[in-house]
Amino acid sequence: MSLLSVSDLQTSYGAVNVLAGVSFDVAPGETYALVGESGSGKTTVIRAIAGLAPAQAGSVTFDGQEIRGLPERSFRPLRKNIAMMFQDPVGSLSPRLTIGSLITEPYRIQGMKDRDLQAEAKRLLEMVNLPAHFANRYPYQLSGGQARRVGVARALALEPKLILADEPTAGLDVSVQGELLNLLNDLRERLGLAMVIITHNLSVVRHVADRMGIMYLGRLVEEGTTEDIFDSPRHPYTRCLLSANPEPDPDARLERIALKGEPPSLLNRPTGCEFRERCPFAQDVCSQTPKWEVSDGHGLRCLAPLS
Amino acid sequence: MTETLLEIDGLSVDYETERGDLKALRDISFDVRKGEIVGIVGESGCGKSTLISSILRLTAPNTRFRQGEVRFKGQNLLQATERQMRDLRGDDISIVFQDPMQTHNPVLSVGQQMVDIQHRSSASKAEKRAKAAKMLGAVGIPDPEARLSQFPHEFSGGMRQRIAIAMALMSEPDLLIADEPTTALDATLEVQIIERLRELQREMHCAVLFISHHLGVIAELCDRVVVMYAGAVVESGDVREIFHNPKHPYTRRLIECDPGHIKTRARVLPTIPGEVPDLANLPGGCIFRDRCDQAMDRCAQEVPPLERLGEGHLAACWLNHEEVSA
Repeated sequence: MSLLSVSDLQTSYGAVNVLAGVSFDVAPGETYALVGESGSGKTTVIRAIAGLAPAQAGSVTFDGQEIRGLPERSFRPLRKNIAMMFQDPVGSLSPRLTIGSLITEPYRIQGMKDRDLQAEAKRLLEMVNLPAHFANRYPYQLSGGQARRVGVARALALEPKLILADEPTAGLDVSVQGELLNLLNDLRERLGLAMVIITHNLSVVRHVADRMGIMYLGRLVEEGTTEDIFDSPRHPYTRCLLSANPEPDPDARLERIALKGEPPSLLNRPTGCEFRERCPFAQDVCSQTPKWEVSDGHGLRCLAPLS
Repeated sequence: MTETLLEIDGLSVDYETERGDLKALRDISFDVRKGEIVGIVGESGCGKSTLISSILRLTAPNTRFRQGEVRFKGQNLLQATERQMRDLRGDDISIVFQDPMQTHNPVLSVGQQMVDIQHRSSASKAEKRAKAAKMLGAVGIPDPEARLSQFPHEFSGGMRQRIAIAMALMSEPDLLIADEPTTALDATLEVQIIERLRELQREMHCAVLFISHHLGVIAELCDRVVVMYAGAVVESGDVREIFHNPKHPYTRRLIECDPGHIKTRARVLPTIPGEVPDLANLPGGCIFRDRCDQAMDRCAQEVPPLERLGEGHLAACWLNHEEVSA
């Protein structure tokens, strides 16, 4: 059974239709990656799951319970099980609190008065490989990589079942990025965490995600196991995205497939396939609206898929 | 041989702090020739940002230039007057800063800011606005004309980064300094920006000093690469040499750590264990030795000099010295 099930999730800000029906499932212990251009709605999806962004329609079930649109008071106890890692590592830490109080704040919010907060702080810092005396430091005294780890520690404080991670490695050095991904992999195995991860670094996706979904203009256009998507992308947008990944080799022969034009405005969505104006492989049939079709666990929204 | 545009010559920069002098840059030397793209790679704290703020003389008040020169078209910028620097900045040398969320003025529309920075031009306001719209379009902002009247908070982070790039390129500078300009962008945009930078660089024949820790981008864009570690240059050379024939263990490890190299899912990704040394209290000998798996006795005693190992390829490591003298 799925731990998280998102079905036809829709979010609009006024006339701007940011999410136009997003559906995916995450099994316990599974890592699911959401990729796509800036503005494709990735962050809105996870914020809506966490109850931090509005969702006017659709459904989000967690452990079988419907959680979309729950009032804050009913949502709060759920946050024990659903933790968020925010995009900006330093900006998501209050500058006035010490690292120790930041990572133990979840216990206070959840009213877990029986906990020894100092001991918990020590345990959490150890878990993310930071020295215990960091508990007395303030966020400005940390490097970006250390602030990330504090974010991980805080997200793990209540031993959640699901972590929603928004660009957890953006801005990190490659070796620190490796450390963080190894840490997440390790914790995931030990604690059986499920994770939804947003990243634009496709090399990272390949190493952490079991399955991945590709978003375009607030919809999933393709979904499958990470291996399957990397080996045989069927949606032209996925193919463009994968071909745009810079290789750390100056002699790499990149067969880059250029996207045409600009992302369309959400206020004026194209008719038919919404990608067709930019699609290098568009055909006449693409003026019709493609439906989401799934075969062998590989989901696709395209009338002229690549083979 | 192409003309040299920028020469960094033996530059040493300290920050005065309560704990003593923080040796942020030590004996940095490299040059950027006209129309060339030079990449600077290295992890956080290696001095990349100190280096570019030193070039532009936009340094913090506790900065002390201890030694060396920064020459731009032959002129030592460390001796230039503030007036001369103001004339250079944003005209001959322009920059795209690291953080797109903080580079724009939040209370002015994007169009206003893009018109304002053309203050040196005698064009009419309408012409300046048209040029601003053209540049916005060039960096991939849809409906550029309409969006000129919007404010920074109405753009996504990636868009704000692109606006910063558009603004830096408006003056057609001789040298563009790009400080991690693609870090916040997704892969397709990153590639678009790189391609756009390369096109513009060819069109304007401007040189680019490209700071990044994304090795894929460096490999794709740059002609030459300077690798920095803890405030020093450890290796520099042609991009192919650096990626295919790295001569410093740090460069080698850095390339190995890039997950882009590993094509199948890895359970454990390679890392470089240990921490960057404390710049206020530098250990003697080679600065990388504590994290180096090939360290020898000599590395603890003497600082390895930056030695020439081939055509334009320099590295500071005793391992190569052994090979040279053997």
